[in-house]
Amino acid sequence: MNTQFIKKNYYGDIPDEKGGGITNVKISGQDWPLWEVFIRSKQGLDHKHVGSLHASDAKMAIENARDVYTRRMEGVSIWVVESINIHASAPEEVGELFEPAEDKIYRHPTFYNLPEEVNKM
Amino acid sequence: MTLQGLEKNFGEKIDNEVKIEPKDWMPDAYRKTNIRQISQHAHSEIVGMLPEGNWISRAPTLKRKAILLAKVQDEAGHGLYLYSACETLGITREETINDLHSGKAKYSSIFNYPTLTWADIGAIGWLVDGAAIINQVMLTRTSYGPYARAMVRICKEESFHQRQGFEILLVLSKGSKEQKEMCQDAINRWWWPSLMMFGPKDAESTNSDQSMKWKIKRKSNDELRQNFVDMIAEQIKTLGMKLPDDNLKWNEERNHYDFGEINWEEFWNVVKGNGPCNKQRLDARRKAWEEGEWVREAAAAYAEKRK
Ligand SMILES: [Fe+2]
Ligand SMILES: [Fe+2]
Repeated sequence: MNTQFIKKNYYGDIPDEKGGGITNVKISGQDWPLWEVFIRSKQGLDHKHVGSLHASDAKMAIENARDVYTRRMEGVSIWVVESINIHASAPEEVGELFEPAEDKIYRHPTFYNLPEEVNKM
Repeated sequence: MTLQGLEKNFGEKIDNEVKIEPKDWMPDAYRKTNIRQISQHAHSEIVGMLPEGNWISRAPTLKRKAILLAKVQDEAGHGLYLYSACETLGITREETINDLHSGKAKYSSIFNYPTLTWADIGAIGWLVDGAAIINQVMLTRTSYGPYARAMVRICKEESFHQRQGFEILLVLSKGSKEQKEMCQDAINRWWWPSLMMFGPKDAESTNSDQSMKWKIKRKSNDELRQNFVDMIAEQIKTLGMKLPDDNLKWNEERNHYDFGEINWEEFWNVVKGNGPCNKQRLDARRKAWEEGEWVREAAAAYAEKRK
């Protein structure tokens, strides 16, 4: 048997062409919408992005988020936002957006040399 | 930016251990390799629920039933973290799942073995999850950000899986003569397939280089397998059981356990779909998908109506 294309039989390395089986799977072209999930892990902390999931509406998204992302008391509050409503900066703009801050080191407290006796400031 | 510039940029990120994020430019082959690996990993979590699900209703006590239920539910969660990570690469959930159902995409062959006795649930937790952990700990450092983050989340949950499995076997190993035999028998049947989980020997996996260069993978199959053998060969002493390998022995010089040759013919056979349960597993997945169709449609229609 020709094994030269096989890298590894663990997660992910069996090449697709090694497959076979049936091919006529019905395609609806309609997944439920994708939602981004944000969890507040405890009172006093910000909600933090934890991942995403599919759900038909916000209520289902929250219920699914509870089951998928908080099985071990990881959260006390959940936000869900439909992914299409998230607007993001583009990776190409990274220079334009963030580099101007790089040469403003005087914005950091360590920029200022103070005498020892007041240096705890 | 020119293609060359983009490639250089990408290469520098990989070299400097900067994670690649969904919107970043990446070579097509990097994207495809990740889609394949992450989706197969996701499928493995989902199909992996089947052999264990087989024992939920037959677990010996209420406590064991609750534990197994929680474990299987975790695996569903793992599948979902991974499907989400996979989608960030631009493939839809439906395509991914169709590839599983059509037989195009694979899942870990280990799940094509049957769970014959209660001790198998112990052996799976200890050996199969144990092998998965070794692979997944490595993958927390994989170069694609969403995959690495999913792995961190998964690794936090896995240690419960391995511990509960070992504990099942520990109880059996102290039980009646029949229970002890059942324990040993499960170890005998699951040991070699667990070793196969790490894939072909390095000498035969000519392509894995690229995955290493891209830092999708960070250790070779043989390295991971050796880690696993070293771990299990020690832990089994506590059970007072034996691994079914006469060549297993500590090698002073290498500082590792030596072990016998894997039956590669069996390995390739199961990969090709001829394992004891390949058909049963896929049929179960397809059936679940088909029978859930009306639910998916009804929920979508309800959401549409309320807009
Ligand atoms: Fe898992
Ligand atoms: Fe697990």
